[in-house]
Amino acid sequence: MNKLLFISLLLVQQLSFAAEVNVYSARKEALIKPLLDRFTVETSIIVNLVTGKADTLLKRLEVEGKNSPADLLLTVDVARLIRGKDKGLFQEINSSILEQTIPEYYRDSTNEWYGLSLRSRVIVYSPDRVIKNDLDSYIDLADDKWKNRICVRSSSNVYNQSMVSAMIANYGLKKTERWAEGLVNNFARSPKGGDRDQIKAVAAGVCDVALVNNYYLAGMLESSQKSEVAAAKKVKLFWPNQDGRGAHMNVSGVAVLKSAKNKKEATQLLEFLVSDYAQQWYADTNHEYPINPNIESNSVLKSWGKFKADDLNLGLLGKHNTDAVLLMDRVGWK
Amino acid sequence: MLETRAAQALPNASAIKTSLFKLTKWNSALVFLSLLFSIPLAVVFGSLFFPEYEVWEHLRATVLTDYIGNSLALLIGVGLFSLLLGVIPAWMVTMYRFPFSRQLEWALLLPMSMPAYIIAYSYTGALDVAGPLQTMLREFTGWQYRDYWFPEVRSLGGAIAMLSLVLYPYIYLLARAAFIEQSVCVLEVSRTLGCNAVDAFRRVALPLARPAIMVGLSLVVMETLADYGTVQYFGVSAFTTGIFRTWFGLGNSLAAAQLSALLLVFVAVFLYLEKRSRKQARYHHTSSTYSSLMQQRLTKRQGFIALAICAAPLVFGFIIPVSLLINWAVDTYAVVLGKDFYLLLFHSLLLAFVTSVLALAIALFMAYSNRNSPSLLNRIMVRFVSMGYAIPGTVIAVGVLIPFAWFDNSLDTLLMENLNISSGLLISGTVFTLVFAYLVRFLAVSINTVEAALGKIKPVMDEVAKTTGMRAGTIVKRIHIPMMRGSLLTALLLVFVDVLKELPATLILRPFNFNTLAVRTYELANEELLAEAAVPALAIVIAGIIPVIIISNSISRSRPGHE
Repeated sequence: MNKLLFISLLLVQQLSFAAEVNVYSARKEALIKPLLDRFTVETSIIVNLVTGKADTLLKRLEVEGKNSPADLLLTVDVARLIRGKDKGLFQEINSSILEQTIPEYYRDSTNEWYGLSLRSRVIVYSPDRVIKNDLDSYIDLADDKWKNRICVRSSSNVYNQSMVSAMIANYGLKKTERWAEGLVNNFARSPKGGDRDQIKAVAAGVCDVALVNNYYLAGMLESSQKSEVAAAKKVKLFWPNQDGRGAHMNVSGVAVLKSAKNKKEATQLLEFLVSDYAQQWYADTNHEYPINPNIESNSVLKSWGKFKADDLNLGLLGKHNTDAVLLMDRVGWK
Repeated sequence: MLETRAAQALPNASAIKTSLFKLTKWNSALVFLSLLFSIPLAVVFGSLFFPEYEVWEHLRATVLTDYIGNSLALLIGVGLFSLLLGVIPAWMVTMYRFPFSRQLEWALLLPMSMPAYIIAYSYTGALDVAGPLQTMLREFTGWQYRDYWFPEVRSLGGAIAMLSLVLYPYIYLLARAAFIEQSVCVLEVSRTLGCNAVDAFRRVALPLARPAIMVGLSLVVMETLADYGTVQYFGVSAFTTGIFRTWFGLGNSLAAAQLSALLLVFVAVFLYLEKRSRKQARYHHTSSTYSSLMQQRLTKRQGFIALAICAAPLVFGFIIPVSLLINWAVDTYAVVLGKDFYLLLFHSLLLAFVTSVLALAIALFMAYSNRNSPSLLNRIMVRFVSMGYAIPGTVIAVGVLIPFAWFDNSLDTLLMENLNISSGLLISGTVFTLVFAYLVRFLAVSINTVEAALGKIKPVMDEVAKTTGMRAGTIVKRIHIPMMRGSLLTALLLVFVDVLKELPATLILRPFNFNTLAVRTYELANEELLAEAAVPALAIVIAGIIPVIIISNSISRSRPGHE
């Protein structure tokens, strides 16, 4: 009995002295936990995790202030990273590993946040009802020829907000608003569901083209559900804007918090997340493009070939986010 | 007749109230507790002092009419359908015997264990344009999408249907309890006075049960207004989606809080109108002698019709969605069920248990203080606290987050300055915060139930007991508790089930490495992995069924003379 007590006391002591890092994550647990577990195995650093929506996590960080237990924030969209930076929640992290691995336009100019994986918002279409040559750019989707043929999810979704922010950055507010008006006029149905839903709607014939993040299509093609695979096989991917600025890109990313009490461990985790192992995992499990250019992408992604990506400074997406939402309200994009 | 008898009892009531308990402590404690649980609401209302003209001008010009219109439509639609689905079956299973009527008595409560967002997921998965049914239809007939008409699940109408199907049990539960408690004599008298069966229901039973039904309806209305999961998934822009959009999209949490405050005004107006429409009428049961309710046996044809009417809410609100979930779960359970799954279950049950016990204790305390020393202030405070039920979980969570973190940080600064000790965040980010938020959100449920039960004990009973020399404590123990046992259990279990289903506050406030079934379900469903989400969703439903069955049994037994 005494022995048992002694051992458990020892254990408690061990635990309380073990190195830790506390993570707030907007990436869902299933899509990050395996990586964090691997990190713990490699470094014996314990990772504590809370997941949630990016905005509520930001709010929590904001009110918790300097005493916040969190060291690291993971998001699935760059706009929220910039919102966090604007609120002064992050701190600079300088690491040669990060600088060497991550291309300049996928990280913050003052090193307060870093991109971890890449995704593109693309057009999927029904090859039965759409001739590939009719497709061109995002701008073109406002053309009358697409009347009642387009599906896209709600404008409450941050991927749409970032896409419209990029349009504002590239073409200005006025032109973007005219474009969005035309786009909304071409909707086949009032926005509902997520990106997979839009792909399924194209497959079912509700609409002919849809705007989605490309990893959803890859995920459906490799799904264990037969119906998902069947739907995904009925559509094709089109890279928009290849004669222009290129396809709209977004990153999932990470920032170390100003309040971080475990900065060393947090930096270590950050570096782990861009390591070959982690980047390969992102590619294989989540069907995202690795941010590390040396890592090969997943076979489905590779089958879509090389494409021209918009190299717009991602910082601008956050800057125009509010304008984008106001604009989408005005044109009636639900 | 009923009213005059009740009115006669009233003057006596005030006489005992002053003598039964010590007042001052009760009163101040009640005000303190109410204030404590009003903090998040105060944060919401406080936002009104910082007007955001620009955002409001934008909202008014673009989306506000949509928010208000859709929320009103939801409110009226869900209110009406839940009344139909709740009251009619409650009356039928209480008064008539027909095939399966005994089983339906409890089974009609089952949809209560189904979170609204989960029933929405499952119907969408099955009936959506890309779902198996429509796909089969197209393949079988060769039709294209535009060649046929099919009801659109993800629409305003769909949202009304989904919410009604899982919320009607609140009305059913309270209506049935009221019907069971009614005196047979009253009904029999009404029949001798020439009422037929329908009249007896409409003119006697319904008015008598009305306070109970209205309590149920107000719970339904508040749940509907606070719902985010369903309307968001269906793409219906209602008030809650507007709050989220204003906050997240526009990054303006102040305007978002103001929208919530406006939502509360809706609720307050509704509650007020309901109260006023009842005017001063009080419905006490006049007779305490119960002869057992004679259930009328229906003919075969009548019985079949009754069965069809009563089984419909069960079939659509429970059997079909659960079958769909099981169907998906069969494919995925092996992947989803792991060691940590039982931890999720444990967390969910623990939170539900702790919260429901605390909520009951607080509700009892408030109800008694209110009974023993009724004052306008008390009543207003208790009403105010009850409004938490109508506020979306996210807004409550933030309303808890802000004052708690402020308290923690102030304490930390104070200790640092004086003693050079850092207390860090003491209560923020702990389970305590989470349970507090649950209480703010769900106290209304237990308060309403306990108050209704206590209100049914005529004050004159206390008085009689007192003349026999019983002391206050004994009266509570020997008279009140036995009379209220069913209702207390109901209050306990309603909150239990509500906490099991709760998502947004849990998502925002939970500590590190702490997940619940609802969180897991949401995370999977949000990634559009409905099949994987089916396993934790089923676990919520199953964990919720057991308390639901206990509630039902306790109500059946609560009728004196019920075997």
